[in-house]
Amino acid sequence: MSKVWRYGDHIDTDVIIPARYLNIADFTELAEHAMEDSKENLVENFAAGVKPGDYIVAGKNFGCGSSREHAPVVLKVKGIKCIVADSFARIFYRNAINIGLPVLEIGKDVEQIEPGDTIDVDMAKGEIKIINKNIVIKTKPLPEFIQKIADCGGLINYVKGENK
Amino acid sequence: MGMTMTEKILAKHAHRDSVSAGDLLVSQVDLVLANDITGPPAINEFEKIGKPVFDKDKIALVPDHFSPCKDIKSATMCKQMRDFARKHNITNYFEVGHMGIEHALLPDKGLVAPGEIVIGADSHTCTYGALNALSTGMGQTDIGCAMASGTTWFKVPQAIKVNLTGTLPKYVKGKDIILTIIGMIGVDGARYQSLEFDGEGVSQLSMADRLTICNMAIEAGGKNGIFPVDEKTVEFLKERGVTRSWEAVTADDDAEYSRVLDIKLDELVPVVAYPHLPENTHPAKEGHSIKIDQVVIGSCTNGRLEDLEQAAEILQGRKVCGHVRMIIIPATQEIYREAMHRGYIDTFIEAGAAVSTPTCGPCLGGYMGILAAGERAVSTTNRNFRGRMGHVDSEVYLASPYTAAASAITGYITSPEEVVK
Repeated sequence: MSKVWRYGDHIDTDVIIPARYLNIADFTELAEHAMEDSKENLVENFAAGVKPGDYIVAGKNFGCGSSREHAPVVLKVKGIKCIVADSFARIFYRNAINIGLPVLEIGKDVEQIEPGDTIDVDMAKGEIKIINKNIVIKTKPLPEFIQKIADCGGLINYVKGENK
Repeated sequence: MGMTMTEKILAKHAHRDSVSAGDLLVSQVDLVLANDITGPPAINEFEKIGKPVFDKDKIALVPDHFSPCKDIKSATMCKQMRDFARKHNITNYFEVGHMGIEHALLPDKGLVAPGEIVIGADSHTCTYGALNALSTGMGQTDIGCAMASGTTWFKVPQAIKVNLTGTLPKYVKGKDIILTIIGMIGVDGARYQSLEFDGEGVSQLSMADRLTICNMAIEAGGKNGIFPVDEKTVEFLKERGVTRSWEAVTADDDAEYSRVLDIKLDELVPVVAYPHLPENTHPAKEGHSIKIDQVVIGSCTNGRLEDLEQAAEILQGRKVCGHVRMIIIPATQEIYREAMHRGYIDTFIEAGAAVSTPTCGPCLGGYMGILAAGERAVSTTNRNFRGRMGHVDSEVYLASPYTAAASAITGYITSPEEVVK
């Protein structure tokens, strides 16, 4: 069963991956420190408990702060299937798309998803199902250009495709 | 419909007559930047593309975050970037001994001019808006791609106009202005947007003030901050040996803004942003109950000569409080040397401060001034997130060099005029 890791507003990149670990070049090793400085980690350790296919659901401005792409990378390495938030900080959003980590910006609707809920996200349909509450949240489609990058699995594949 | 400064720069670089907010476009860039943390992964992405660098003169690589290298891991990353710079004959690679904190270094080396686009794998790349450039931070994949193509994609941002009027009080500096603005609009108040500064108050701001202000546009969520060009800008560029032709951009009278903020400079006071968000601003004079363990003056936000001059003005003939560790980090080698010539370094050491070679070091909790659990620092850096300067249970209070120096003397948060009276 896919778990929802629920966070509040303004989760910054220093919380997602503290800079003191950025001398670690190996992303699998680095990912063991994902979300380490979050308040929520005092309750349940993210890096130890997260399973492939789990979701992160957060409030406003997720990923604010540094441009470090290590932030979406460690969440992707840990198997996060999709991040759903009220809103994303600009650079984090761009980085997530570029590395092929799905992100959905859904505004206040995010408040319907609470800790303990189980959800299923259908990126193609743009739907988030809260299974235990039988609620379906419809999301706005990505702009076509961005969707193309996402469909390629990230910017590098997109650029390589263009050069062919 | 008219265009903002940011829109005009994007239109020109995308070879379009006009653009408007929300447009997605592919644009040429004039400079692509990375540092020792973001450079190595950007290089890894670049190498997947299998093309040469687009222009060896238009890539800047600066080892500044964990450099001079703090450990074997950071030395390995720096070596990867150094090897890449040598292999591709990168003109603007700055080795230890020549380097500085990237966003202080690049403008001082004359690498940024009005109307240009700079993208960097560092969120504080937005600093160069002070020079009427469009500059913004991106991740390492974007930067790796741009190193090969010399282009990137942009979404044209909406803009917030910040109208500055009145006269700046003596101890209020650029840091107080931008912290006040972030306090007003919040850390996502300019999310995805451009902060465009204007008004008769602009002429009062030094270039150092403008660089500090644009540097922290990202702390309001902004894509960039940008100032118009005036005599001070022209003088700055001339002093830095910028001889290539450039074209200043001005906003059209009928440019569209999502919001206009009126900032009356006369009404501003020295402020401090409390943990754990830069929007938690309070007047510095209300912070007497907050006892501190450390003061840091430096970073891409406030490590310039003028910042050190202000610190020296406060510290001259005074001593750092016995229970405070004060660390001062000139942002570049040139700034360090000039501070030495002017006697500031003497003043700092006489006062009991430690002076370091240029590095981002403590700002991001790297090294050279890490906090233990329960410790508090007043710092001229840019972020006060949980764990930013060390232990997750330490605290960072953001302030100007004047306020930081005053607080170092008393040992608690102090407004500068309280010390000099």
